[in-house]
Amino acid sequence: MALRDYPRRAAELIEQRPEVRESVTRAALHFDRNRARAYAEAPAEAWRTYAKGVKDHLLSRLADYLEAAEARLTENGVRVHWAEGPEDVHRVLGEIVRAHGVRRAVKAKSMLSEELGVNAFLEAQGVEVYETDLGEFIIQLAGEPPSHIVGPAIHKSLAEIRRLFAERLGTPPDASPEALAAAARAFLREKFLTAELGISGANFLVAETGTVVLVENEGNIRLSTSLPRVHVALVGIEKLLPRFEDLAVFLQLLARAATGQPIGTFVSLIDGPRREGETDGPEEVHVVLVDNGRTAALADLEASEVLRCIRCGACLNACPVYRQTGGHPFGFVYSGPIGEVLAPALLGPGEAYPLYHASTLCGACAEVCPVKIPIPKLLLTWRHRAAEEGLLLPMEKAMVRAYAEAVVRPRAYRLASKAMRAFPGALESERLPLVRAWTRLRSGLRPSPRPFHELWEEIKDEREG
Amino acid sequence: MRVALFATCLVDQFFAQAGVATVRLLRSLGVEVDFPRGQTCCGQPAFNAGHWDEARRMARHTMGVFEGYDYVVLPSGSCGSMLRVHYPELFVGRGADYRRAVSLAERTFELSQFLVRVLGVEKLGDGLTGRRFAYHHGCHALRELGVEEEPELLLQNAGAELVPWEADRECCGFGGVFSVKMPVVSVAMADRKLDTLPRQAEPEALVSTDAGCLLHLAGRMKRRGDALPVRHLAEVLWEARSGAS
Repeated sequence: MALRDYPRRAAELIEQRPEVRESVTRAALHFDRNRARAYAEAPAEAWRTYAKGVKDHLLSRLADYLEAAEARLTENGVRVHWAEGPEDVHRVLGEIVRAHGVRRAVKAKSMLSEELGVNAFLEAQGVEVYETDLGEFIIQLAGEPPSHIVGPAIHKSLAEIRRLFAERLGTPPDASPEALAAAARAFLREKFLTAELGISGANFLVAETGTVVLVENEGNIRLSTSLPRVHVALVGIEKLLPRFEDLAVFLQLLARAATGQPIGTFVSLIDGPRREGETDGPEEVHVVLVDNGRTAALADLEASEVLRCIRCGACLNACPVYRQTGGHPFGFVYSGPIGEVLAPALLGPGEAYPLYHASTLCGACAEVCPVKIPIPKLLLTWRHRAAEEGLLLPMEKAMVRAYAEAVVRPRAYRLASKAMRAFPGALESERLPLVRAWTRLRSGLRPSPRPFHELWEEIKDEREG
Repeated sequence: MRVALFATCLVDQFFAQAGVATVRLLRSLGVEVDFPRGQTCCGQPAFNAGHWDEARRMARHTMGVFEGYDYVVLPSGSCGSMLRVHYPELFVGRGADYRRAVSLAERTFELSQFLVRVLGVEKLGDGLTGRRFAYHHGCHALRELGVEEEPELLLQNAGAELVPWEADRECCGFGGVFSVKMPVVSVAMADRKLDTLPRQAEPEALVSTDAGCLLHLAGRMKRRGDALPVRHLAEVLWEARSGAS
């Protein structure tokens, strides 16, 4: 899917599938209201400042912390792999699949695995892959990518899920949400017990202790990472935290930002494979530290703040642009405000065009971000670079030049003002593309009978009373 | 106190009476108002679309026009934010221009914020007694300038009732060039605003301090066939003061 098609795909979705807009709006506003309440109950502002500081510090010496993490992980008996891009990750997974004769894998929700095309790769190796997060399970059944970082099936109505489950799992057509969840649970339980490989992402990786931290509400991550013989955690290199005690703030802030919970229902702190005398846990734990464009983004001082992101999805919930469509039209793993600034940082402004234009710069995202990423500022930076790199239509450049000429010459501005009134239908003419873009869904603009700068001449000598 | 009115191009062209109202309102409070003739547009559309060289040209023009005034007052939050927040950003590391931008930024205020925070006026009169409005908080006024209580305070203290509106702080979808670059998304956002507008509370008008939002919402309401008058905040505040409607 080309990111370039966002405007067309968004328009089609809004006009042809109004139920998606309804589902997404309802769910995102629900999340956002919970977030607002949860922030209000806590010293959220202080935590956000702290979290931003911790991430900025981490990113300022990321190489050191990565080496420290590798050393601790290795001491803990975890096998560490470094991956520059999807090919490296596929190679590591391929080796594990062959070494352990893996035929079935269970997956905990991981956006990074989406970024790396893990499911398609494993399936091509003949491995059955099962998403075990309920939302991910739903969209896997439907054959769709996630529509939201935290709530991947946010775009689906209950009716749609009922139909899907009736078809694929044989549930009654009027099954309750609880019954649907129970059906998914029964289906997945057998997969958990028979899978040889469990794959997860990581919410955090503590450099000090080599601890992989996973937050969830369903318990599926705990099962995915403890029942199979092998657990592979895919970790973006920006997911590190320096110290174990940083978790005290980050765990609370992540949950409050994402869903409005004081903390996730399950927090798993994984510090290695099963040890002698322990009854549970995998025989092998692998951590794959993944770059996939992050180092380049880190070196880009005007864009690197995006790497503070902890993938809570709060900016999506707060975003009125995102709420009209959900994530699919964006055509990128990460959608909404953070996707609009991650896409150009990871793929370059050419490939990401025009995602960073899909914003009114309303600022609702920056207001809720738990690590204070200045998303509107980053959007403006990418827009500026796109203009500098000649990614915009030549016509736009010419129009902006003409507009600037009129603005710096008050006489030209006043002449244009007169011309607009000499041709009163100009702003309603269907022949001008820009006017047409306005008038297709809105009635045309009518200027005031006389502009204020003319009225000023009449009132300038008025005195009060 | 020498105050310059920056009418902004949208008010100049589409809400000319809001310009008149701003002048009369400020004069009625004893403020000497000038309208420097060289003013045109702040350049925000070019800036937001990434054309920063052109935006700098326009910003330099505007900085020149408003040199020497104690305050610059705009009947707009969005253009106010362009001057207050983004002009300095545009000239970071550019010596004299940066100092001029910061100096202008410090003197620039959105109208309602100027009234409350600079003049210390919280009550303009009783001219809005018994009247009911829906107030739309424009995003740049709200989140970049922190204009939140000021318009509500001035309207309510003059006797107006503001209808409770679930989406009053949500973006209307205008977004300048966004409104024509991505018109379907832009209008879907307007529909969300309008669908949550409590019509049963019978507001007489939808009021905002930003002309762009008002043009967009008015154009959409008219097309939907459920038009409610839109009024610029400046006009309503002048009615609060003068009692005329």
